[in-house]
Amino acid sequence: MMMEPFEIVSGIAAPMLDANIDTDVIMPKQFLMGVDRKGLDRGVFFDQRFVADGQPNPDFVLNEPRYTDCKFLLTGPNFGCGSSREHAVWGLKQLGIRALIGTSFAGIFFDNCMRNGVLAAIVAEQDLKDLAGIVAENPGKPTTVNLQEQRISISGQIDLSFEIDELRKQTLMTGLDPIGATLQHRQEIVDFEQKHLQANPWLAD
Amino acid sequence: MKPRTLPRTLYDKIIDSHTVKTLDDDGHVLLYIDRHIINEYTSPQAFSGLRDQNREVWRPATTLAVVDHVNSTEPERVNFSPDESGANQMKYLAENCEKYGIELFDLLDKRQGIEHVVAPEQGLVLPGMVIAAGDSHTTTYGALGAFGFGIGTSEIEHLLATQTLVYKRLKTMRVSINGALGFGVTSKDLIMAVIQMIGSSGATGFVMEFTGSTISSLSVEARMTICNMAVEAGARGAYMAPDDKVFDYLQGKPRAPEGPLWAKAVEAWRELKSDNDAQFDMQVDLDASTIEPMVSWGISPDQSSGISGVVPSAEQLATYHEKTAIEKAQKYMDLSAGTRFADITITHAFIGSCTNSRIEDLRQVAEVLKGRHVAKGVRAILVPGSSLVRQQAEEEGLADIFTAAGFEWRQSGCSLCLAMNDDVLRPGERCASSTNRNFEGRQGAGARTHLMSPAMVAAAAVTGHLTDVRKLVRGE
Repeated sequence: MMMEPFEIVSGIAAPMLDANIDTDVIMPKQFLMGVDRKGLDRGVFFDQRFVADGQPNPDFVLNEPRYTDCKFLLTGPNFGCGSSREHAVWGLKQLGIRALIGTSFAGIFFDNCMRNGVLAAIVAEQDLKDLAGIVAENPGKPTTVNLQEQRISISGQIDLSFEIDELRKQTLMTGLDPIGATLQHRQEIVDFEQKHLQANPWLAD
Repeated sequence: MKPRTLPRTLYDKIIDSHTVKTLDDDGHVLLYIDRHIINEYTSPQAFSGLRDQNREVWRPATTLAVVDHVNSTEPERVNFSPDESGANQMKYLAENCEKYGIELFDLLDKRQGIEHVVAPEQGLVLPGMVIAAGDSHTTTYGALGAFGFGIGTSEIEHLLATQTLVYKRLKTMRVSINGALGFGVTSKDLIMAVIQMIGSSGATGFVMEFTGSTISSLSVEARMTICNMAVEAGARGAYMAPDDKVFDYLQGKPRAPEGPLWAKAVEAWRELKSDNDAQFDMQVDLDASTIEPMVSWGISPDQSSGISGVVPSAEQLATYHEKTAIEKAQKYMDLSAGTRFADITITHAFIGSCTNSRIEDLRQVAEVLKGRHVAKGVRAILVPGSSLVRQQAEEEGLADIFTAAGFEWRQSGCSLCLAMNDDVLRPGERCASSTNRNFEGRQGAGARTHLMSPAMVAAAAVTGHLTDVRKLVRGE
């Protein structure tokens, strides 16, 4: 399946800087019951975003008017830890989030982001602090993420670099279907499999 | 002359032997996967992807499907989900398994259970294998000398279609645990102590190799608890070199090789260990004799302490993140700094999950519960890890001890570990739990979870508050 390619994206960044925000919090269990990907934008941070009667919780950061249309989240360490549920990323994407900018991400979540065209950009701790400070002081001012150049900037205020390995970068920039790409190696997989099962006959079907 | 090879870790050896193709100089390889376990809730969209693209499953016989997350665990087993959407997931899983020729253990199958309990129990997990599954606790399989790791739904689809994953090599961390475990201290306490020590992202980007005399002394089931929870320190995999205990555990299991093939396999498996001078990127040491039974007090698995301790104060901590994390945890858990763990009263006790629901866990629980009764005001629930574990516990007379003590004796499933079925706590309820995650809302919105070993849960159930199981058993 093609993903939406990521090249240069500009938009509002919102701070979610607590450590260890886990996928149970990002997408609570009641939204895991589907057989499709529909309607998951409603589930994102559900227990914090909404109060008991289903109305938006005014104290939750993403409900602040300045952040309601955000495209980026500035995230604390170990964001996305816990359960493998890809529903967390599907929901963030449906909510309009195109990139997460943080110092570290949990492994499975990090992979799930790439698989859905969501950039998880790793920046230095001080850079994240500086960026968060500027975002807080400049409501409405857009942040620009340039994947090709690996830069994050706010015009006239900050311009910093982020890390990403080349394979992830290309996958995000092209949006090409990874399964199709792997199946181009079909013959190599067939050959490997044959040798592997000969060497380890107890693994055969 | 043979070319010299650098000393390698067991992880390197397993990845090397499963590399179809090196993709770049950055550590990415196309990795062949030997086995794949799927469940009803993370697989549906993967199958829909295959259907949309008209793709086939590469090697259906390598995949096993199990229903475990959404099903009821009520004592009377019915082939039924508590709600319509769960029923729909079960139905779609059955349709997909039928269409693609994948074996399914449905709810009425006597081998049904939690995927990470079932797969080893059936002998599906063998040393040296690479196994992936759409569940983070797939790390469990490292206890058998296999390499298991969790994946998302897009990767499930990739794996079904290609038998491979695009994989990036991890850094390696060796955790050496030596010394004798004290009375009443279990492998759950060991892994909780490791997580507490290195933090919930201490192993992010790493695979963990567990080694040392303490690990060797543990049973295979006890080792599974350690590898299972390694993901709570961020590890994307955890393993232990297989030994005779592993081979004995596997021999005679339904899917284990037999006869001459068994002998040949064991011969190969004996070679599965890190070279003596293999280099690890990080080394952690732990003296097992210093560990006491652990309990978590916060909302992240690294927020835990020995049972004799108190809820910590944010004042003592250095960094901003440490301080705010503690304050947030105390608020959610409704606990204040300095509170003794023994003064924390509970409303629920839960024994179950892929971490701690195997027969040895249940035997330890029975030891504590024999001749005792659940405290007034506590609802105590025991969910065995598989239908076969349930059957064995009944045959051994353990189930009678559980019910006599006032525990609900349930059918198998994930149940209250993540509360996807109808086992859900209400806001403010507090549970002593043998599970793996104490996240906010994990067992129900607003509910509070204290992680601990199964024996410790049993002790808390009996007294109604967090309790040092050693003192209870000794009558102190």
